[in-house]
Amino acid sequence: MRLRHATIYWTGSAVIIALLIAAPLVLPEFWRRLVTEILIWGLLAMSSDLLIGYTGMVSFGHSAFFGLGMYGAAAALLAVGPPSLWLAIATGLIAAAAVAAFVAYFSTRLRDIYFAITTLIFSQIFYVIIFTWTEVTGGENGLTFSRPALAIPGLVSIPFTSATLHWFVLAAVTLSYLVLRRITQSPFGMVLQSIRENEARTRAIGYPVERYKIVAVMLSGLFAGLAGVLYALQNRFAAPDFVFFVVSGETIIYNVIGGVGTLIGPIVGAAFFLLLREGFSRFFTEYYLIPVGIIFMAMVIFVPQGLLGFARRWLNE
Amino acid sequence: MEIPLDQLLIQTINGIVTGMILALVASGLTLIFGIMDVVNFAHGELFMLGAYVGVIVLAATGNFWIALMAASLLIALLGAVIYLTTLRPLLGRDPLTTILATFGVSLVLQNYALWQFGPVSRKITEPFSGHFALFYLDYPWYRLAIALLSAAIIGGLWLFLKFSTFGVWIRATTQDRVMAQAMGIPVPWVLTAVFAIGAAMAAASGVLFGPLVGVNPTMGLDWILKAFIVVVVGGMGNLAGSIAASIFISLLEAYASLWVSPAQAIIVSFIVLILTLLFRPTGLFVATPK
Repeated sequence: MRLRHATIYWTGSAVIIALLIAAPLVLPEFWRRLVTEILIWGLLAMSSDLLIGYTGMVSFGHSAFFGLGMYGAAAALLAVGPPSLWLAIATGLIAAAAVAAFVAYFSTRLRDIYFAITTLIFSQIFYVIIFTWTEVTGGENGLTFSRPALAIPGLVSIPFTSATLHWFVLAAVTLSYLVLRRITQSPFGMVLQSIRENEARTRAIGYPVERYKIVAVMLSGLFAGLAGVLYALQNRFAAPDFVFFVVSGETIIYNVIGGVGTLIGPIVGAAFFLLLREGFSRFFTEYYLIPVGIIFMAMVIFVPQGLLGFARRWLNE
Repeated sequence: MEIPLDQLLIQTINGIVTGMILALVASGLTLIFGIMDVVNFAHGELFMLGAYVGVIVLAATGNFWIALMAASLLIALLGAVIYLTTLRPLLGRDPLTTILATFGVSLVLQNYALWQFGPVSRKITEPFSGHFALFYLDYPWYRLAIALLSAAIIGGLWLFLKFSTFGVWIRATTQDRVMAQAMGIPVPWVLTAVFAIGAAMAAASGVLFGPLVGVNPTMGLDWILKAFIVVVVGGMGNLAGSIAASIFISLLEAYASLWVSPAQAIIVSFIVLILTLLFRPTGLFVATPK
């Protein structure tokens, strides 16, 4: 049985990845862009699934990590010439991780709704700082910059086209998925899941629960920051709108729609949400959030386990 | 830096006025949270829609007080509908799911307002426009009237909870939902009515606040955040605590805006919230828990 499960799982993954690799070659520009964007938002949602689905903490502050990843990358691209891709990724991740460490230190002392509200408030603090510190962050207008080349120093340097960017994002997201999957199946991940199931008992067994939670929030923030860096690379700007708490809300929507505790589910949720948005925005123009909101409410009530909830056990085997 | 006394006094009055409006918004929120464990993310949107109903009724009738009443009643009805369709099916599930459901409601309502009324700010004219001299300022009477009206509405709520039969039912339901049901109190009705009352209070504060800043589809966002802060700082579900916290935080923000821009002054309230959560998570204005 186990062998069969592994075969199906890896074949299925290979087929999906092959389709995603082929996607930019066959799709028109608009859809190519959308698929890349789905992968990026999926990565953000997946990072928050580590908290929601595996540790049982609902973070309403992932926009802060995402946004700091964006601004960190922007800072490196604007300050250092010629712009270096790897430096941008490094600064973006460092910025996101530093913020995540700060937020984690305070917010993990609280639980449930209080954790959600604290993370929400922290993300708003960063929003206000970024929004009002115009000299450094560009304030309301944000920062614009040019995309660096995809270069390995001393070897190759090719400019980013929408296809190579897509492959780069795909590689980053796939790698992140594998790392996150490994994390959730490691002894560390098992402790996180036992915190989700019964925090008091986990503490009684002797695990330092707070420390595990802090590391979980930091890891989650790191991957959210990576998503922010990728989004900055794709769109060549960083804007305060992406630090606003509505982005965190959307991240949770992706998780709930796709199914928490599956890692893949949040990506499916992001795909579902963004496709729905595309579809509805043709009929409802900018008011697409009305039908999307109604569908979201219906899913919270009727399908609380999400689209992939039925496969949760299977995906985590 | 030297701050002149008159500025300090003006900011004190400003802080109390905003504090009273905030108290009105937050007491609806805290009523809903305390009694039904629902974190109502759509509260700011009810505030905003209430203001819009006020704009429309005011344009039709020309009477501010009719507009205030109509907005409260209509939004109370809307609140009841929202409760019955989205929150009642979630009874008994994790309180976090209520955040998600009401977040969906807020998306829908906010975009509905954008669609119906457009992004441009509308104005509610104040019911009376007198001023009085406050140092070098012409301070509008209406601002003081808001503070008094908010206090009157909150006082009315308190009397209602304390002395009316329905108020007793509400308090009984807060203490023990199952026991209240067993005693013959129509708990489902009580919960619906509480949500409607909370919504009406949000709407009333929206109409009262409208003349100060103008009415637009995103005006609820600022208030919902502040109201959350107040509800947590005051102690979740504690009515008196959230009123005290409203005034406390609004005063701090008003004083902070003497030094920094109002957009940055909100950070002060964030910091108060975080310190409260770290050192006194049950709330600043409640007795020490045993």
